[in-house]
Amino acid sequence: MSMPELESAGISETLIEESGEAPASTKIEGRSPWRLAYERLRRDRAAKISFGVIILIVVLAIAAPLFAHITGHGPNQQFINIGENANGGPVAPSGIFWLGTDNNGRDLFIRILYGARISLVVGVLATSISVGLGVLFGLTAGFIGGFVDTVIARLIDVMLSIPFLILAVSIAYISGPSLWLVIAIIGVLSFTYPARIVRGQVISIKGREFVEAARALGAGPWRIMFVDILPNVMAQVIVYATLLIPLAIVAEASLAYLGVGVPPPTADWGSMISDASGYYQYGYWWFLLFPCMALLITTLSFNIFGDSVRDALDPRGAGIYV
Amino acid sequence: MASGPKGDANPVPATAADGGGDDVLLRVENVVKYFPLKGAPFREKEYVHAVDGVSLSVPRGQTFGVVGETGCGKSTLARCIARLHDVTSGRIVFDGQDITRFSPRRMRPLRREIQMIFQDPIGSLNPRRRVGSIIGDPYAIHGLAAGAERKRRVQELMERVGLNPEHYNRFPAEFSGGQRQRIGVARALAFRPKLIICDEPVSALDVSIQAQVINLLADLQAEFGLTYVFIAHDLSVVRHVSTSIAVMYLGKITEIAPSDELFTVPRHPYTGALLSAVPVPDPDLSDQRQQIILAGDVPSPIAPPSGCRFHPRCPKAAPVCVAEDPTLEPRLGDGPEHPAACHLPMAEGENLAEFRPSIAAEERVEEVEGSLLPDGAGPGATDTAGALPARREGGQP
Repeated sequence: MSMPELESAGISETLIEESGEAPASTKIEGRSPWRLAYERLRRDRAAKISFGVIILIVVLAIAAPLFAHITGHGPNQQFINIGENANGGPVAPSGIFWLGTDNNGRDLFIRILYGARISLVVGVLATSISVGLGVLFGLTAGFIGGFVDTVIARLIDVMLSIPFLILAVSIAYISGPSLWLVIAIIGVLSFTYPARIVRGQVISIKGREFVEAARALGAGPWRIMFVDILPNVMAQVIVYATLLIPLAIVAEASLAYLGVGVPPPTADWGSMISDASGYYQYGYWWFLLFPCMALLITTLSFNIFGDSVRDALDPRGAGIYV
Repeated sequence: MASGPKGDANPVPATAADGGGDDVLLRVENVVKYFPLKGAPFREKEYVHAVDGVSLSVPRGQTFGVVGETGCGKSTLARCIARLHDVTSGRIVFDGQDITRFSPRRMRPLRREIQMIFQDPIGSLNPRRRVGSIIGDPYAIHGLAAGAERKRRVQELMERVGLNPEHYNRFPAEFSGGQRQRIGVARALAFRPKLIICDEPVSALDVSIQAQVINLLADLQAEFGLTYVFIAHDLSVVRHVSTSIAVMYLGKITEIAPSDELFTVPRHPYTGALLSAVPVPDPDLSDQRQQIILAGDVPSPIAPPSGCRFHPRCPKAAPVCVAEDPTLEPRLGDGPEHPAACHLPMAEGENLAEFRPSIAAEERVEEVEGSLLPDGAGPGATDTAGALPARREGGQP
């Protein structure tokens, strides 16, 4: 879903008048369920603010090299003379280092911007893997049913019973940490949740009369799966995906915190928090606070936006906040 | 009765249901459909006896009504005929072809000839697709027309069933119940099929809309020479549209008769009870006549009663009804077009309310295992039916 004009002011006010004044042209066109959800989303203030913040984070992450250029500080550049105090510790925020430096005398602001890149890439790609696998397995299990369903359902049960962090740490430790490995681990290990949701949805939709009608018309299983069933599952999948992104970001930060994330010296929020936790007690508050704030704001925005998407796609409610 | 799906096939003669002997489009022969129940792993598997030995034949160009209470298996029968369910046993012969075991691939060309209209005008249309593509589905699936040609044909269909062709791009949620049912009719009509199975097509609609949809179906039948299997639980609707009517009870056909004959000379006591429950518009007349109130509920289709399945609730039940399953054959000198499955059929003008069942109390209302006749069963056995909670049957939903 793209919503470029989401932030432009005044749209929500004019929308109601628009839909009320020009019924002749819009009514015959017919508004799709997606279109209705999008319009509900546009009227939702929480959605607009959280989406604006997400866009801001994405822009900042993309523009990280630009800021590095402006400040003249590379993400892994150590400023031993000006970036460290007499004891070799971080220096406080100033005109030179906007958010201070870290324990190695590197610019914290630039590193947080570069860390956002890792977080977003992991969040989006891991979620894509998770949702892709989830749809694949859920659709197969729910649609075919019987033995296939039993096998997949048991597989999901087994995967759910494995503690995520222990398995992830073990795999990362054995094969050596890397960005792609972290994405794969998070994506593959979390496919069980979307798979369960899709499976349940498919089973309930499979029994609906419009699926029987398609069969009575002679539609084959592929057509029924992808034309009749999948579009009705997508709303749930999208909601789950938006809520899965912050979970993946936190999971990546957790792995990094435990030292099995993206290997150093790459800037990463989780490893920054991990490093900072040893310095906080000596009064270097900025070193811990700013990476934590970055993580918190990002995950919170995605969560709030995900909730709004769920409300907007909910076929029962009008989903408009009063 | 936890017998396997192939067990106790009822020897209902297929010929018994052949009405008139005209050109028969659809013949259903002894069709059985059991659904397995998910049970505990080490228990004997149980089955829902949804359809249990149904035979009927539908002449070309006519409307064959099927009535029965909710859960009597009429919708399952419809889905078996449309080959949406595989039958457990029996044969379905369409236009001279035995289609019972056709693979989906072989069934594909036949889908153009057998179509279905569904009960739920909301559930039978995909909420995420535009009406134009829903009605165009038949063309898309069979590759019959594409692009502008498909749109033109769909709009023709929309016009024919009384929809505004300009609403091509709307979504099902933007239509009323009656309009949505018209969409379903248009979709079924796209192939110009020979047979349309209407599975309670109007029971979800307002009474005023019911008439519109029924009239539409009748017009289309005259225009395209369609044959309908019309399933409903509303006797007055079925009587209005059908040439002949089959009454179903617990997965079996109890009686088949030409529409008017069924209403004037019902043979099966169940038919009699259903007819007595049809509302009469005149309140004076309604007060005069005697309603037959059947005791108890429809027994479980998992373990249906022995013998005649209606015996636990039948006012005329006798020991023979418990012991023997009556065959569907003409009774009391009726013609071959009017078979009934009853050992003690009703004579013309008989008042069912005067009868008391002559079977043991434990054989009545509650489910019965086995067919053993208990001692002391005979005329004048204790009457408990009156003490049981009574319930009106049939008639309006």
